[in-house]
Amino acid sequence: MFKVLDDNHEFDTQISFDGKDHLVPSNITVAAAALLIGVKSIRETPVTGAKRMPLCMMGVCYECLMKIDGVGNQRSCQTLVRQGMVIERQIGATEVEAGYYEA
Amino acid sequence: MVGAATAYGLAKQGQKVLVLDGEDLTLSASKANFGLVWVQGKGWDHAPYAQWCQIATNLWPELSDELKATQVDISYQRRGGFDFCINEQEWQERESMMSALWKNTDGMFEYEMLNHSKLKKMIPEISKSVIGASFSPQDGHVDPLALLQALCKAMQNLGVTYMGNCLVEAITPTHGEYVVKGAKGVFTAGKIVLCAGLANGQLGEQLGMNIPVVAERGQVLITERLKPFLKWPTLNVRQTAQGTVQIGDSHEDVGLNDGTTPEVLKQIAQRAVLMFPLLSSVHLVRAWGGLRILTPDGNPIYQQSTSNPGVFSVTCHSGVTLAAAHAGPLCDWILGDSYLPVIEQFSMDRFDV
Amino acid sequence: MKPSYELLIIGAGPAGMSAACEAARNGVAVCVIDDQPEPGGQIYRNASRATDKQNQVLGKDYQQGKNLVDDFKSYGGEYYANASVWHVDANNQVGVIKAGKNYFISAKNLVIASGAQERAMPIPGWQLPGVMYAGAGQILFKGSGIVPTGELVLAGTGPLLLLLASQYLHAGVKIKAILDTTPKGRIVKSLDKLFSGVQGYKYLIKGASLLRHIKAAKVPYYKHVEGLCAVGVERVEKVSFASATKAGRKVANISLDVDTLLLHQGIIPNTRLARAAQCETTWDAQQSCWIVATNEYGLCRQNTYVVGDAARVMGAVASRIQGRLCGLHVAQSLTKVDSHNWQVWHKDLLKKLRKENAIRPFLDAVYQPADAYLIPQQDDVIVCRCEEVTLSDIQDAVRLGCQGPNQVKSYTRCGMGPCQGTQCSNTLSHIVAKQSNMPMAQVGELRVRSPLSPITLGQIADL
Repeated sequence: MFKVLDDNHEFDTQISFDGKDHLVPSNITVAAAALLIGVKSIRETPVTGAKRMPLCMMGVCYECLMKIDGVGNQRSCQTLVRQGMVIERQIGATEVEAGYYEA
Repeated sequence: MVGAATAYGLAKQGQKVLVLDGEDLTLSASKANFGLVWVQGKGWDHAPYAQWCQIATNLWPELSDELKATQVDISYQRRGGFDFCINEQEWQERESMMSALWKNTDGMFEYEMLNHSKLKKMIPEISKSVIGASFSPQDGHVDPLALLQALCKAMQNLGVTYMGNCLVEAITPTHGEYVVKGAKGVFTAGKIVLCAGLANGQLGEQLGMNIPVVAERGQVLITERLKPFLKWPTLNVRQTAQGTVQIGDSHEDVGLNDGTTPEVLKQIAQRAVLMFPLLSSVHLVRAWGGLRILTPDGNPIYQQSTSNPGVFSVTCHSGVTLAAAHAGPLCDWILGDSYLPVIEQFSMDRFDV
Repeated sequence: MKPSYELLIIGAGPAGMSAACEAARNGVAVCVIDDQPEPGGQIYRNASRATDKQNQVLGKDYQQGKNLVDDFKSYGGEYYANASVWHVDANNQVGVIKAGKNYFISAKNLVIASGAQERAMPIPGWQLPGVMYAGAGQILFKGSGIVPTGELVLAGTGPLLLLLASQYLHAGVKIKAILDTTPKGRIVKSLDKLFSGVQGYKYLIKGASLLRHIKAAKVPYYKHVEGLCAVGVERVEKVSFASATKAGRKVANISLDVDTLLLHQGIIPNTRLARAAQCETTWDAQQSCWIVATNEYGLCRQNTYVVGDAARVMGAVASRIQGRLCGLHVAQSLTKVDSHNWQVWHKDLLKKLRKENAIRPFLDAVYQPADAYLIPQQDDVIVCRCEEVTLSDIQDAVRLGCQGPNQVKSYTRCGMGPCQGTQCSNTLSHIVAKQSNMPMAQVGELRVRSPLSPITLGQIADL
């Protein structure tokens, strides 16, 4: 449950979160965007599937891991939102592309 | 690993055992293993070692069953294993090696050479650079740290006393027994088994035994957890029960330095990415160095002291694969019962030629 | 980035920026690398881009940072943002990832100014969604301009907790309660250190005024809080605890509904880079953390420095002074400062540094966390969040004969996850120390090895 303090902060960046589109302010982190949107969890652990949210917001706890633009296990607190960014919850372990063939 | 397996085996035979171990950061190959339970390539030039590995791998399922009682999941899996070839030369050399190994085991060693297309059907993730592989259905892998823990637990469940933070300073023969002075006290025993890896040289010296060992570093990389994709272990790359991918290896002569270096990590990563391009975007989470215990020919040394007959030295670098043998037939040798003749092939005598 | 530098500084916080400016001012060729998009570190995060509203809320100390950040932005040396260090070694060699590319740099002089991190606070339920550190609250506000709504509880001990509460009140954020876990009698017990801290009177005045502000806003303030638990199923729903009343009686089983719980029990040096560089650390019983062994201007060994909160927690002002001392020393060692100037300038800076540090013993004594919050009290409390290893898992491993934290790690996987022990290492060492009846200095801590930050196999292969 978070809100933007400054009314002058424009919600001008469109991102998608688990398939749903949202408008968020520019220059905020993906983790901050998740809090603003009000998601219940940003990942499920690969150990037990427990739901987690970010803890430290400074890049040392690795709780904020999300799949960003198709790449898994990205620290969302170290990533700024960008127009058109696709964000997904990291459910369990990262997927590796199967059947990868070198060019 | 060697000490825990041997202590467990001796306890199974009703012996009263005390294990003295080093400190938290004492050099220890036991915490740096890759986890392969492997016969492929071992003893292609030394028939006794080839046979000993066959014995070990065949005893492994039983060991795995026994350790279930500790409730530690060692994730033992034996469905076969691969060693990739990335050029013709590797393929030729491997073929000869496998054939020699087959001969050295009187045909007990099972293997197949698979070309790229056959291999691709089993492991679709390989790149074109992998021209083929050797495969043995007798190979497998295990969680090496869980194995160590399980052996430690199993041995203590059978009454073995384990004392850590007790580095051994001196062993003195006294009136037919041996007095051991360690950091936590003085202990007396009728038999001593030296399983201290690289320290076996220095400990053996005190008792008139010459155990020539040198350290060889291997660096290992571990990735983040990944959804399961690699069904079988390969010599350099395997996916663990947790989903992480473990990648090796290197052979470096750097003395007692178990650190990691960017240059070697780079070489290891390059080979892994060459074989499995999909690993290119995967994160490395940790890396470590382990010091292998290398004897002059790389094969184990099982030696009883001639001047101090109650002292035994168990020295090798394949503690995981040989765990089942150390927890079984090797103990017969230590206890002086009738034992498998192949064990005698590992005495120091073989270096006197 | 060049393959070698005369002076490489890791970290663009108060210490790093100050060292860079001072060294460059004296003719040293400097390169600064930092993993954030803008300089400022944690405390001056976003200082040069802060809005009026943010400045108003964050206060004067924060605004002072803007001057330093502005100076740094035109300091004359090289600066690479969004660059993370994945390798440091005893030969001052540094591996850096920037924009997906891997660089290997050799530094003639290396300054590690990587700052501090929050001390873990392993209470039951601390892993539940909705529980964050107080520092996270500050970062969210400074960096992204967002504040909590709903039922907000702040819990713990330490100056940052009170500062955040005061900043939130200035911002109009409603705080449901502040739960102060400072044990009873701490201030009285620490008074003997206060007199050496009289020079740091500004901090005492500031602390008192923060408390006054909180009191004036009538925020419910619970003292000597014990047994703090975050309770909930899929996220934190309640916080439960016991507290002492004015009359000194303990009231147990207090339960408050909560949406966001912000925890804090001080900050500790983030020693990972220093340890990777083989700098020696010692256990500081007063600060209850590992500190890097350096001299007063941050020198660990020839050509290698660790300055600011990365060595020992000293605050922004002291970090700036020590940063300057360090930059000056590098310049002097490169014979870019003559010995007369060195004598005069460094003595002056040392005097200022000592004055700033005088309050530390008192603050450290007052805000030393209670043992019950350093070591979990219940079996199922998660110690290692990444691998979900509990207190009882660790105790079982010690019972099985583990000699120290590294072997416990081997048996339990504690410390093997992505954070590589930053959240669990100290707790792990505390548990082993208590259970084995060994002092912390003897127990030691988890080994640190590269990679020190995320790097892909492809990036390693491309070095």
